[in-house]
Amino acid sequence: MIELRGRSERFGERSDWLRRRLASLLASLAAASILLFLVVRLLPGDPANALLSAESTPEQIAAARRLVGSDVPLQQQFLHWLGQLGTLDFGESFISGLDVRAEIASRLAITVPLTLGGFVLALFVAVPVGYLAAARARSWLGVLIGNLSQFGIAIPVFWVGIVLTFVFALRLGWLPAGGFPLDGWSERGEAMRSLLLPVLTIAIVMSASLTRYVRSATLDVIGSDFIRTARAQGASYGRAMWQHGLRNAAAPVISVLGIELATTFIGAVVVEQVFALPGLGSLLVRAIAQHDYQVIQGVLFVSTLVVLCSGFVADLIQRLVDPRLAATRAGHAR
Amino acid sequence: MRRRIPHSLTAGTILVAVIVLLAVASWFWLPFPIDDMSGGRLEAPSWHHLFGTDKLGRDLFARSMIGARIALEAGFFASLIGGLVGVTLGLLAGFAQRWWDSIAASLLDSLIAFPTLLVAMLLVAAWSASLTTAIVAIGFAIATVIARVTRLLIKRVLNQDFILASRASGSSWPRIIVLHVLPNIWPTLLVALALQFGLASLSEASLSYLGLGTPPPNASWGSLLQEAQATVTTAPVGAIAPGLLLVALVVGTNLVADGLREYLDPTLRRQS
Repeated sequence: MIELRGRSERFGERSDWLRRRLASLLASLAAASILLFLVVRLLPGDPANALLSAESTPEQIAAARRLVGSDVPLQQQFLHWLGQLGTLDFGESFISGLDVRAEIASRLAITVPLTLGGFVLALFVAVPVGYLAAARARSWLGVLIGNLSQFGIAIPVFWVGIVLTFVFALRLGWLPAGGFPLDGWSERGEAMRSLLLPVLTIAIVMSASLTRYVRSATLDVIGSDFIRTARAQGASYGRAMWQHGLRNAAAPVISVLGIELATTFIGAVVVEQVFALPGLGSLLVRAIAQHDYQVIQGVLFVSTLVVLCSGFVADLIQRLVDPRLAATRAGHAR
Repeated sequence: MRRRIPHSLTAGTILVAVIVLLAVASWFWLPFPIDDMSGGRLEAPSWHHLFGTDKLGRDLFARSMIGARIALEAGFFASLIGGLVGVTLGLLAGFAQRWWDSIAASLLDSLIAFPTLLVAMLLVAAWSASLTTAIVAIGFAIATVIARVTRLLIKRVLNQDFILASRASGSSWPRIIVLHVLPNIWPTLLVALALQFGLASLSEASLSYLGLGTPPPNASWGSLLQEAQATVTTAPVGAIAPGLLLVALVVGTNLVADGLREYLDPTLRRQS
């Protein structure tokens, strides 16, 4: 009977949290879509200006406004924008005439592997190195890792990219200095080779900041009462860390991973620029330069979606992993 | 007892001072005017041109000095905006009760998730690429970080008994804020702002690298690196030196932040 009540309480609490978190996700998304609409439609004057020159005739102006959709009242434009968001159909670029959704999808085929590749590689480096730095905090190795990661977060990612191209592409000639095969992923080997240096660039910079998070989370756990208690009860150091330390150290790291993944995804724009990769970021930079508002809106909305969703997923995983939250849920908090 | 000044504070201050010196000197003296194209193209570093020249024959040392000024301006004004807006918002959120409090908390949490670069590109798309746009965007990003820190600190301070005692003895809230809350939270805020200062310079350089920051003829380190990238094989110094200066500034501010944290918080020194 008691067990049954415990279970339903646990479920109730979790679904309650999930409902609130989903509500805040949707609220953020709604706020972001309104903000995006306002910024693009209200601030820079008429979006049709991008199509016109100073000598345009009134007929040309009217035609451009009809094309852009800025000739109807604002609330009607907003409803149209909301309709576009529902289907992720952002219309066609005013400048190039290409379908924005298709363009974004083809760009994501470069940006997503680039981001995930760099991020996962950085994690593979950061977790063992950060753990080592905390476990050997007082030895020269721990101090060295601590200082190196401090140094690493100060390095601009594009500078790392420039130095890597200089050494590995221009001097040694091992890898291409930039660009992506015209046929895209159908030339798999060539595509992988052109992503190798960009992925490495992201991994180098990201591993520095991730190492810091892992190190400080592990340090907190090492100094905690529950590890001392476990040791006092006779558990070996390794066993105490494995059974009690791991999940406690992982929880705070996972919660920043969401933000860091989003930062990497957006920061990929700089790396794409260094290596002349036709990814989402390069599309946005070009669209901003050309005042191509359809494209700007589309790319910024997709980017916002990625940022919010990675935060949501990270929170969800943290919720499942963190033993402190799990204990209160299951009623073991006494 | 006099407190010992941590090594990181000394080292950081020296690094930052070098950059400040370059920037301050650029107001009074430049080896060459920034758009002077009298040098040969892509000259190697010499006593005449310390960092060499770019592909238009402009002196890269002079341009790097201007870059130092822009990096410091971006760092200073962005942290100023971030500090003022952030502390104000954080104070409001810190004093909020019940559901206002949970709204403020979740709002700050979702704002903080937005990378600086995304906010900056949104603003550049709406306005135009300039140092001011970059500073406002970076300042906004800093404000979200500072507001969150301020809110947490204030929540912690307000739970202390001396606040209750002060309330009981009839002090008004403004008096409590000035006399008890701010003195307790400013060391942590100062450290956070020092960290953000360097990150702001870094963000400005990224924006300028993308061509979305300071427009010509003034050159941010980011735009210098962008221009030098094309000629990195013939003139590697031009693509290395501005990057090193930027790293020196950011490492310097990080060290200053670390040193301040140690200096202002004696309990931390005992622990580690």
